[in-house]
Amino acid sequence: MRHGFSTLLYKEVLRFWKVASQTVAAPVLTALLYLLIFSHVLEGHVKVHGVAYTAFLIPGLVMMSVLQNAFANSSSSLIQSKVTGNIVFVLLPPISYLEFFLAYVLASVVRGVVVGAGVLLATFWFAPLSFAEPLWILVFALMGGAILGSLGVIAGIWADKFDQLAAFQNFLIMPLTFLSGVFYSINSLPPFWQRVSHWNPVFYMIDGFRHGFFGVSDASPWLSLAVAGACLALLTVFTLNLLKRGYKLRA
Amino acid sequence: MSAAIRIQQVSKRFGSTQALDRVDLEVQQGEFFGLLGPNGAGKTTLISALAGLVRADAGSLFVMDHDVQGDYRAARRHLGVVPQELVFDPFFTVRESLKIQSGYFGIGDNDDWIDEILENLGLTSKADANMRMLSGGMKRRVLVAQALVHRPPVIVLDEPTAGVDVELRQTLWAFIRRLNEAGHTIVLTTHYLEEAENLCTRIAMLKAGRVVALDTTANLLRRFSAHALRLRTGGTLPAELAREGAESGGWWSIPFDGFDQVEPLLARIRAAGCRIDDLEIGKPDLEEVFVRVMQGQAG
Repeated sequence: MRHGFSTLLYKEVLRFWKVASQTVAAPVLTALLYLLIFSHVLEGHVKVHGVAYTAFLIPGLVMMSVLQNAFANSSSSLIQSKVTGNIVFVLLPPISYLEFFLAYVLASVVRGVVVGAGVLLATFWFAPLSFAEPLWILVFALMGGAILGSLGVIAGIWADKFDQLAAFQNFLIMPLTFLSGVFYSINSLPPFWQRVSHWNPVFYMIDGFRHGFFGVSDASPWLSLAVAGACLALLTVFTLNLLKRGYKLRA
Repeated sequence: MSAAIRIQQVSKRFGSTQALDRVDLEVQQGEFFGLLGPNGAGKTTLISALAGLVRADAGSLFVMDHDVQGDYRAARRHLGVVPQELVFDPFFTVRESLKIQSGYFGIGDNDDWIDEILENLGLTSKADANMRMLSGGMKRRVLVAQALVHRPPVIVLDEPTAGVDVELRQTLWAFIRRLNEAGHTIVLTTHYLEEAENLCTRIAMLKAGRVVALDTTANLLRRFSAHALRLRTGGTLPAELAREGAESGGWWSIPFDGFDQVEPLLARIRAAGCRIDDLEIGKPDLEEVFVRVMQGQAG
């Protein structure tokens, strides 16, 4: 792999690591607060797939953190670089649009996985967790991070101002991740909302990820893999096309 | 020897504004070239097109014979651009910024050259300071350093001395002159015409996206400016002398080609009974050239 790509990846990782209290510690604390509150209210009252509620909740929170932070990494880095103008440092060198894409997306995956691992470390004391099929855990964490990392690249390129990015985050990413079965099994929903949930691709990422822990899930992990794979392929093609055309980056 | 920069029939339109209109330009290797023009003339657009930041609607651009679109990797490796905007990455120190920039150009171990650039730009003591902590002038130096990390044979400086102090200007120009003497091609845009006059061997002037003058600095000065007798008189200047010159702010300026014409000019004024209150000899200057070219008096 070319040096330009590895340097851009290194720069993107170093960028979030330098402000780790904001980019890693803060989301871990947020997830921990969710766990404390929801487990306090619902533990003992609810079991999902035969699993205690707190144990059920932990993988959902881990995956939600992976996804939200993967999105935040690429999108915030790009919008900051665009607004401050230092994006030229990346546009002037001989870095191809494919290298550009891979570096931003992989850095997002790294941030997502680091935060996810942090959430797992901070929360697994609260409930006994199993790791029934760990390969699924890894596959969905990486794919989910890459999907939201790509979405972050799209949002970061598209947005001209911070409030446009915030709108993207608040009105698309947050609802998709919150209404994806993080806090509940969609089998507990009324039929209409079950059907709606099946149109939410994030549901499959969280369901597949959770399958890796418990070996049971709302949907088959293979179906979830197919949906996540299709989303990743679609977003990759779309983002690469934007970058190739220089959309909002090269006038 | 191939041209350092070749620009052929390049046009670019932003909405209703024709930023570049069929621009043709060649800069030879080793030249110190000036690109001048008023705000909005298209200088930055032209530089951006050369750097691949802007895509031309028509025409083609080459850096050291490499097409900036078709062979963009080679073109960008041969080009170093100091952008006009004072931009920086607030997450990194000066040295980190330069190492990262080197990496983007495929250079892993670049410490010796980075140290040399830092030394030459008076940045050594700031090497480990965060970019946020630097003054505007220091940030400008880092921008220059970032453009040089990959030792590009062609260096483009887009108003590098805008708003910076005298010390930086002198340090910067001494360094850039050395690079030029070492064979680097320099393209400079500036609003400080004195700088362009002192540094550039050839100059192109842009107006509304078109090249309206292109010649050696010496030829431009010869064509559009001249030595002039500048004087304030106590009376009215004879009509035939007034026709030869121009009045501005109480000073008459009468151009002449050779110093042997000074005495006859003074004699004519004296013969007309006109008292001279103040007198000086004005040298040709680029500002006059610039004003005349922009007023459409280009020949």
